[in-house]
Amino acid sequence: MNRQSPLSTLLQISPISLILGFFLVLPIGTILIVSFWDYNDFSFFPDFVWTNYSDALGSNVTYKTYLNTFWYAGLTWLCTFLVGFTVAYFLAFHIHTTRWQIVLFLICTIPFWTSNIIRMISWIPFLGRNGVFNTMLQSIGLIDEPLEFLLFSDFSIVLAFVHLYALFMVVPIFNSMMRIDRSLIEAAIDGGANGWQMLTNVVIPLCKPGIAIGSIFVVTLVMGDYITVRLMGGGQRASVGVMMWNEISLLLYPAAAAHAVVLLAVVLIMVSLMMRVVDLKKEL
Amino acid sequence: MHKKRPASFYCLASLFGLFVLFLYGPISAIVILSFQGPNGGLTFPMNGFSIHWFFALFGEQLVGDFETSFLRSLQLGLVVMALTVVISLVTGLAFRKKFFGSNLLFYTTVASLIVPSILVSLGIGLIFNIMGWEVSWTTSGLGAHLTWTLPFGFLIMIAVFNRFDKSYEEAARDLGASNWQTIRHVVLPIIGPSLIGVALFGFTLSYDEFARTLMTSGVKNTLPLEIFGMTTNVTTPTLYALGTLTTFFSLLMILTAMGVLFYLRRRQESHGSDAGKGV
Repeated sequence: MNRQSPLSTLLQISPISLILGFFLVLPIGTILIVSFWDYNDFSFFPDFVWTNYSDALGSNVTYKTYLNTFWYAGLTWLCTFLVGFTVAYFLAFHIHTTRWQIVLFLICTIPFWTSNIIRMISWIPFLGRNGVFNTMLQSIGLIDEPLEFLLFSDFSIVLAFVHLYALFMVVPIFNSMMRIDRSLIEAAIDGGANGWQMLTNVVIPLCKPGIAIGSIFVVTLVMGDYITVRLMGGGQRASVGVMMWNEISLLLYPAAAAHAVVLLAVVLIMVSLMMRVVDLKKEL
Repeated sequence: MHKKRPASFYCLASLFGLFVLFLYGPISAIVILSFQGPNGGLTFPMNGFSIHWFFALFGEQLVGDFETSFLRSLQLGLVVMALTVVISLVTGLAFRKKFFGSNLLFYTTVASLIVPSILVSLGIGLIFNIMGWEVSWTTSGLGAHLTWTLPFGFLIMIAVFNRFDKSYEEAARDLGASNWQTIRHVVLPIIGPSLIGVALFGFTLSYDEFARTLMTSGVKNTLPLEIFGMTTNVTTPTLYALGTLTTFFSLLMILTAMGVLFYLRRRQESHGSDAGKGV
């Protein structure tokens, strides 16, 4: 029994529709159109050419950059999954009072509400040539020379990604775990399953939607990233986002737009593969 | 009743402790290092102890325009917060029943979260460029931020209304409440705490937003853009001082939100049930 009229529904959904229409749908449409435009040294102008795509897809640099970005995404995914699953498991199955669950959960969440850039910068005193790690390793005699690969490397990039995005794994997996009927676990143990079997045969299959949602977040954030690779790679490392940003700063908008369309297609394919495991509406 | 904790508890608890250390260790180092002496550098050891670098932020030096960019981000954050709360709420109300296009709108909103931020930034920049409009943090920047905060607010509201017991509303209507009265006196008090959560997301996500602001804020930088600029040309602990200040500001906002939540809950408990009291 709902007395809501169609008119009031229309009024309620129009703000979000207008905003997303103008600032999301229209921009993506514009990118799609501009990706067929032509450009010279001074400006870009309407046209219908495939050269932006043939330049983007015909270049080895593009493929190398994509490989590199996939590498970051894969490594970050693996690390955030292991960390996120462990933390969520601890919170869901080993903390038995709601009060402590909330407290510990908030402790994990608070950094998410602070600046990403500051969180990246905060690794510099740890990873630099004279940083905490090198000093520590040298003082205990493990190494003689400072390790160079710690900062401005793939290592620091992935470390920063894991630091920034681990929470995106923790929350959905925790959410899935809290919905698991505890009697299923008791049944598994009564049936003679050991801890590992219980984990792989009961918990993980039932957490699949949470894992999928977390993976979607992490993978899309890494695939489209520009700032982390730029900052933690010291400007020396390539990713799709960095490549696009370089074109944007050279005002090669149609070229950047073609890359954007390719990136969007790649991300959408990855997301749709992951979405097969999950019915988003049931998870809310 | 205390059961003996299994060995795995201690193993996982120490892993959890390491995770917390991983989350908070680096930022604590920044806070400590921002109190470097005037001759101190970007790494340990501490070379004295002072608040020199905090003063450097406010002086007339080449460290960028910290104060005005902070004020910009603050204003933008508050506007984005207010819009996110109101729009998420009304959209959430609409989504309590199916309507034509509800699936399309749902997935468009989710897409807003998934589309790489650099595309949103580029797309909005292109539109403004083609139309000959000037990008500014108050127009294109505001819109770009909303594409990031609205999906969070929206999904939270959907989750809240999925758990909402409709019999309260029916009871209110049976007693003769109008639509607006039902929302004002029944729905809002119940979902109030979640709205505080949406507000916190709206403000902090906007206040810290970088990628979608990059091409949409125009010549006037927001605070994250200013900080990013500083990373490339500031090599003193001033950078850490700024990091410390903005992190404390974020923490202040989080604590405020939690304080309000706590207050609401206390009030709800004390005013909770007046059933049968003849009020």
